[in-house]
Amino acid sequence: MTTIIDYGAGNLFSVRNALNFIGCENQISSDEKDVINADRLILPGVGAFGDAMDKLRSSGLIDVIKQEAVKKPFLGICLGMQLLFEESYEFGKHEGLGLIPGTVKLMEPEGDLAIPQMGWNSLEFNNTCPLLEDVAEGSYVYFVHSYAAVCSDSYVSAYTDYGGKVPALVGRDNIFGAQFHPEKSGEIGLNILKNFAEL
Amino acid sequence: MLAKRVIPCLDVRNGKVVKGVNFEGVRDVGDPVECAEEYNRQGADELVFYDITASAEGRGLMLDVVRETAKRVFVPLCVGGGIGSIDDFRETLRAGADKVSVNSQALVNPDLISDAAKIFGSQCVVVGIDAKRDGNGGYTVYRNGGRIDMKLDLGKWVEEIQQRGAGEICLNSMNADGTRAGFDIEMLDFVCSRVNIPVIASGGAGKLEHFSDALLKTDCSAVLAASLFHFKELTVQQVKDNCKKNGIAIR
Repeated sequence: MTTIIDYGAGNLFSVRNALNFIGCENQISSDEKDVINADRLILPGVGAFGDAMDKLRSSGLIDVIKQEAVKKPFLGICLGMQLLFEESYEFGKHEGLGLIPGTVKLMEPEGDLAIPQMGWNSLEFNNTCPLLEDVAEGSYVYFVHSYAAVCSDSYVSAYTDYGGKVPALVGRDNIFGAQFHPEKSGEIGLNILKNFAEL
Repeated sequence: MLAKRVIPCLDVRNGKVVKGVNFEGVRDVGDPVECAEEYNRQGADELVFYDITASAEGRGLMLDVVRETAKRVFVPLCVGGGIGSIDDFRETLRAGADKVSVNSQALVNPDLISDAAKIFGSQCVVVGIDAKRDGNGGYTVYRNGGRIDMKLDLGKWVEEIQQRGAGEICLNSMNADGTRAGFDIEMLDFVCSRVNIPVIASGGAGKLEHFSDALLKTDCSAVLAASLFHFKELTVQQVKDNCKKNGIAIR
C-alpha cells in the first residue's frame, strides 16, 4: 500500500489518479498509522513552504514522517520535494524536514525568464536513480515552481535548465524528490511513478 | 530549455464537444473525454476545456468531464467558460483542473484575478482576452464572447492582469479568429512585449506554418487551436513535428 500523505496542501487527487492508472494500490491519509503501515510514502504539496510545514506540524505528522522516511521508499513531489531539505527562504526562513542536506531558495534564472517556471522542460541526467529506469535523457516533464533546491551535486539525479542548472530530481538512499509533477508529465511521469511503485 | 506548448481547445456544450462555425450554428463532434484522450495520444502539451453553455446544468456536466478526463489523461488541464467567482475556481480545481481560465468576469470584477492568485496561486489563474483592432493603430478589449466593447486599451489590461498576479494570458484576436489566415502576429507581439508572464496565441490558425510562425516571430509560449484539431485537418503531432523542424523547442 502506498500512502499519499494528506496534510491539507493540495493536489492529492491528481497523484491518486495517476497511481490508480498505473495500478498502484494507494490511499490518501493523514493518519499516523497509515504512514507507519505503508510500503511506500508520497508527500505531495502545492503552496508555500512555511505554511506547509505549519500544516504538517499541526497534523502531528513531522516526527512520524522523519521516522518512516528512512525505512521505505519515499517520494516528495514539488513542494513535497522542497520540504525534504533542511530549510527554505520562501517568505522568511523556515525549517524543513531535513531528510536531505540543502536549502530551498528563490530561483534567479539568467536572462529574462519568468518566475514561476511553468511548463515542460527536459531532464539532464546526473547521478543514476532507479526512478529514471527506461526514461530517456532529454525527456520532458512538467514544472510549476518559483523556488528550487540548492544542494550538493551528489544528491541530484537529474537537472533541468532554466537560466541555469536547477535540481529536477533528487535522491538520498530510499528518499526521492521530484521538483516536477510526475502526475502531470504524461507517459514519462507515469513511467517514473511506476518505477517508484516497484521499489 | 522550456518547451513551447501546443494546446488543443475543446469547446464543450452540455457535456459534448462542439465547434461553432463562424460563430453561428454549432455542431456536435463527440465525447470530450475521448477527444481529450486522442489529443493526449497525439502529444498535446495541455488541454483546454471551454464551457460554452455557462448554465448551471452545463457547468455540472463540464465538471464531470473534467473529473473523468483527470483519471485518464496526465497532462495539465485548463478549464474556462462562465467562471465568475472564487467558488467557481475552487469547484473546478477540485474536479481535477490544474488551471482555470477567466475572461468576462475578470473585466467586470478584476479583483477576481488577484483573489484567485492569492488563494490558489498564480500558476492556476489564466486570463482569457478577446481583443480587436480599434482602427487607430491600437487594440481594445471585449467581453461576453466579443459582444460587449469594454472600451479598454489592450496594453493597459494586460499590464493590470500581470500586476494582479495572473499566471498566464490567453490572447484571442477577434480579427484573426475564424479566418484561418494565421495568428495575429502584431497583436501577439504587442502583448508579449508588455508582459513577462506566458502568453498563449489563440484564433486564426489554418495550416501548419501558422503555428511555427507565431512561435518564431513572437515571444508567445504556446499556440492554441480548436476547429483544426476537431475536424482532424491537422493533428497535434503534425503541428509539433513541423515546429521541431523549424528549430523550436518542443516536447
